[in-house]
Amino acid sequence: MNEQAAVYDGNSLAGPLSEVFAVELTTAAGRCRSCGTTSQVATFRVYGPGPGFVGRCPHCEDVLLRLVRTPEALWLDFSGVSALRIPMPTDPAAETGQIS
Amino acid sequence: MVERRRETETASTLVLEVPGWPGHLAGQHVDVRLTAPDGYQAARSYSLAAPTNGDRIEITVQRVPDGEVSSYLADEARNGDTVEVRGPVGGWFVWKPEDSAPVLLVAGGSGVVPLMAMIRSRDGVSAAPFRLIHSVRTPQDRIYDHELRSRATQGGGLDITFVYTRTAPAGETRSVGRITADDLIRYGWLPDLAPTCYVCGPTPFVETVADLLIDLGHNPTRIRTERFGPTGP
Amino acid sequence: MDIFTRGFRGRGRDSSGQLPPGQYLTNDFPVLSAGPTPRIPLDAWAFTITTELAESQQWSWAELMALPAESITANIHCVTRWSKLDTDWRGVSLDTLLADIETEADFALVNSYGGYSTNLPLEDLLDGKAWVAFEYEGEELAPEHGGPARLLVPHLYLWKSAKWVRGIDLMLQDSPGFWEQLGYHDYGDPWREQRYQGD
Repeated sequence: MNEQAAVYDGNSLAGPLSEVFAVELTTAAGRCRSCGTTSQVATFRVYGPGPGFVGRCPHCEDVLLRLVRTPEALWLDFSGVSALRIPMPTDPAAETGQIS
Repeated sequence: MVERRRETETASTLVLEVPGWPGHLAGQHVDVRLTAPDGYQAARSYSLAAPTNGDRIEITVQRVPDGEVSSYLADEARNGDTVEVRGPVGGWFVWKPEDSAPVLLVAGGSGVVPLMAMIRSRDGVSAAPFRLIHSVRTPQDRIYDHELRSRATQGGGLDITFVYTRTAPAGETRSVGRITADDLIRYGWLPDLAPTCYVCGPTPFVETVADLLIDLGHNPTRIRTERFGPTGP
Repeated sequence: MDIFTRGFRGRGRDSSGQLPPGQYLTNDFPVLSAGPTPRIPLDAWAFTITTELAESQQWSWAELMALPAESITANIHCVTRWSKLDTDWRGVSLDTLLADIETEADFALVNSYGGYSTNLPLEDLLDGKAWVAFEYEGEELAPEHGGPARLLVPHLYLWKSAKWVRGIDLMLQDSPGFWEQLGYHDYGDPWREQRYQGD
């Protein structure tokens, strides 16, 4: 039986990234080191979750990030992103989960 | 788990009580993890189906053929059972009542779940007009059918249209087939109204619809997508 | 602290000993990928082996097809836990491809169209353990399964059987490939359950 590889988007990285980062990352914008296009993490073309997640540039398909969860560790390679702009809550008293 | 509601032959809503739940935005999801006696773990993401309600959250699970997590949740889990939940997560595919723009919701199959959370969270807090186009194979696949029809007839600014891809009910005027640009024009919002569009469902569906919306002139930055994988959860 | 989920078993676990630890049997052939499926026209396809001295030998598709090919029946084991028994392939043995290559290298870094790579010891490509496979179950290898040709090294986890194989670099030192850089095992023996670094 022929199936297709699972292609998702960066929304599916929200949970795994929340294990590492205290702030919401899917609304962050990352610049592709390869083609220079800036895209929101939620729009990355995501392959996986097995053997790991691979997030690719929606413009040129180059690898932006890779994430593997082993029993003892989380491996993260963000080197395909040359710069990341993470929106931060302007109100220090804002709850986590509030996105400005 | 505190309650189960069967939605269709293959989909059920599970109500989970999560002590200390911080509240969430419509469109967010949770990751559910199950652990077998030998330590083996499996996890899947499920969209929250309802708005914040104290410690209670709702997820609607579609049973996937050969799906080890979905068949447990859809068929086996009983009231009193405990599962691990991580969330809420996802801050991009969300709708907030402060957004006053018209909203176009386009769902493929179980992609309707996060869009239902948006519809339910609108009650009494927003007058933004909503239009939902739900693509399903057959009338039996309409999740939330009763509630959606009831909401639409209340005249609260919600319009719903079902698009059938395999079998339509008797009397249906639109011919059976996949969603087209024409459907998006006829049952959606025109681009000059600057609606926010949310598209959710299997990956091929989402990509087709997003491309159609862009071709129709919708602003790509006003289109938010969530892909559920090759065939959806 | 793990919370056991009442009534959850996971996929049927094998108790017959026929499968490596932690694997389950599947009748499907799941498709996993790190990226979009490359489409390589056969007239552009080439397979290159490069030694540690940067000497290389290359085969076009026609040249590969002219080499003696073998039929292989193998059990395959994916690190995501599914196993498939008695899969049938046709391919050219790495023994044939490496026959005239002089090298002191102990390691190999396999690279693929689309950018994927994986590393393994050179000796695990020799003595009837590895092939460049181009047919599966009697048909041309489908693109989503690695066609036109993939590496097949069934005694190791299937991530070592690089799809869309394009070449092998022979190296004096081991160099981690795509998944090995992110925590997967440099060797990957399913019978010793070597999934991750340190296993």
